[in-house]
Amino acid sequence: MNKVLINRRKDLIFSVAGLIATFVGLVMLVIFIGDILIDGLGRISWDFITGLPSRNPDKAGIFTAMAGSVWVLFLTTLISFPIGVAAGIYLEEYGKKGRISKILEINISNLAGVPSIIYGLLGLEIFARLFNLGPSLLTGSMTLALLILPIIIVATRESIKAVPSSIKDASYALGASKWQTMWHQVLPASMGGILTGVILALSRAVGEAAPLIVVGALAYVPFAPKSPMDDFSVLPIQIFNWISRPQQGFIINAAAAIIVLLVLTFLMNGIAIYLRNHWQKKIKW
Amino acid sequence: MKNTIPVLLIMLIISSCGGNKTAKNSELAGTIKIDGSSTVYPVTEAVAEEFRAVQPKINVTIGISGTGGGFKKFGRGETDISDASRPIKQSEIDLCNENNIKYIELSVAYDGLAVLVNPENDWVDHFTVDELKKLWEPDAQGKITKWNQIRPEWPDEEVHLFGPGVASGTYDYFTEAIVGESGSSRGDFTASEDDNVLVQGIAGDKYGLGFFGLAYYEENKDKLKIIAVDGGNGPVFPTIETVKNGSYTPLSRPLFIYINSVAGKRTEVQEFVRFYLDNAPALSREVGYIPLENTAYQAEKEKFESFVSRLNE
Repeated sequence: MNKVLINRRKDLIFSVAGLIATFVGLVMLVIFIGDILIDGLGRISWDFITGLPSRNPDKAGIFTAMAGSVWVLFLTTLISFPIGVAAGIYLEEYGKKGRISKILEINISNLAGVPSIIYGLLGLEIFARLFNLGPSLLTGSMTLALLILPIIIVATRESIKAVPSSIKDASYALGASKWQTMWHQVLPASMGGILTGVILALSRAVGEAAPLIVVGALAYVPFAPKSPMDDFSVLPIQIFNWISRPQQGFIINAAAAIIVLLVLTFLMNGIAIYLRNHWQKKIKW
Repeated sequence: MKNTIPVLLIMLIISSCGGNKTAKNSELAGTIKIDGSSTVYPVTEAVAEEFRAVQPKINVTIGISGTGGGFKKFGRGETDISDASRPIKQSEIDLCNENNIKYIELSVAYDGLAVLVNPENDWVDHFTVDELKKLWEPDAQGKITKWNQIRPEWPDEEVHLFGPGVASGTYDYFTEAIVGESGSSRGDFTASEDDNVLVQGIAGDKYGLGFFGLAYYEENKDKLKIIAVDGGNGPVFPTIETVKNGSYTPLSRPLFIYINSVAGKRTEVQEFVRFYLDNAPALSREVGYIPLENTAYQAEKEKFESFVSRLNE
């Protein structure tokens, strides 16, 4: 009797602790977003979205930085999605499970933990200098693609692993080849999870400033990039640059730019959730 | 109907203005790549912004990789102009020589460092450089913790120190000027890359003391008390005049731009640099820095023109 009571009490304590832990994060987020909204919401206007960088905080806008961010997002997706998914499929389904695949696995997990600025140095030496691409959009996107590849690979593998083996066995039993099984059964079933992983990884990429500064992304660009070889800036660099200015007006601009960046990432997370639900509904076994 | 004639007249004037502009063959095109110090960035940004109004087809781009990062790119010929908050170092000169890059150095403005305390602090009238050194040098860590250890008549209260992060050029510059060695100081102070945090810190702490760029003080004059610094010739407050004429030492430094000689042959780069020197007095003031003396700008202009004419030989 007494033991049951103690266990119940432990249960209660744990659930309260869990609740507090959940709220710590949530409250911090609310405070942070509230603070940013108070500072920056009044500054957001069409002029701010379409404006060019300026020394005058009231005239300065984020157009070129936003255009750069959208370009980077687009190119990074284009590069990282096929490579990451293909690598994930290979490691999970095709690669021999031996010592080499173990080493590969450990290395990929380690890569996910490498500080982003290291990727910036790699991008500068290899893409910008060795490949002679300069501080272009392509260099930046390739660097960010490298940065998020480990995350995409891990997400792909997890999603594929989650597909019941009975489905695969049934496919093989009907005489399907490995590729047919992958293409018609495993990939559609795991696509929701893969896309969620990719989009969350991209949300991380769109918030990076450090590796892009190293690669040579700029702070002042008076034009929107027109090709992947153009110089560029991105929103996080613009925000970083504004925060370090003494005039109060720039701090407000930074808050407003943070709101735009937040909306962009929320939008992407929303798409991720939608895709996941969409694909889950489609699967009927 | 009545309005037609004035409207036509206005249209004529407008169109003729436009015609004149395009008829001038001074409209150039091209790209000018600039990178380097984030301290110099606001000045270069202001110049580029104004330059765009005059030469809309010249695309000026500016990066903020820091003075050192900027010189690394400059030394490989990747940029046309490098922003710098200190003169070029020997290792950077070597890199330029290695890649056969010649350049010219021009000073464009001054940056002053301010030493600040809380407005309620009524005991400090000035600091000597030795006092600042005693307070900030590495040996002071854990030892010099009270105001009366700096000067005996000051209160027996803890001193709370605030300063820019160790990665900033401002920190390098302060430690070099005060401690004598760049990047060497005590470690037990509140450091922040965001100077606004330092402003808040000192403004909210009666026993606080810190340093940062003069521009931040000018934005927060009501919250802070600025302290005169005695560099050997009596206490001097940092003002436009004292920084300009060099009497506020050692906490004022010139800001530079470096121009690659290959880029210097291009008309659009020459036009940009001329525009820079013409407008630096007003624009550097506007973004919180201090202009050079007019004669100094004149000297820089002559230096640049002779550099250009040598390039054309």
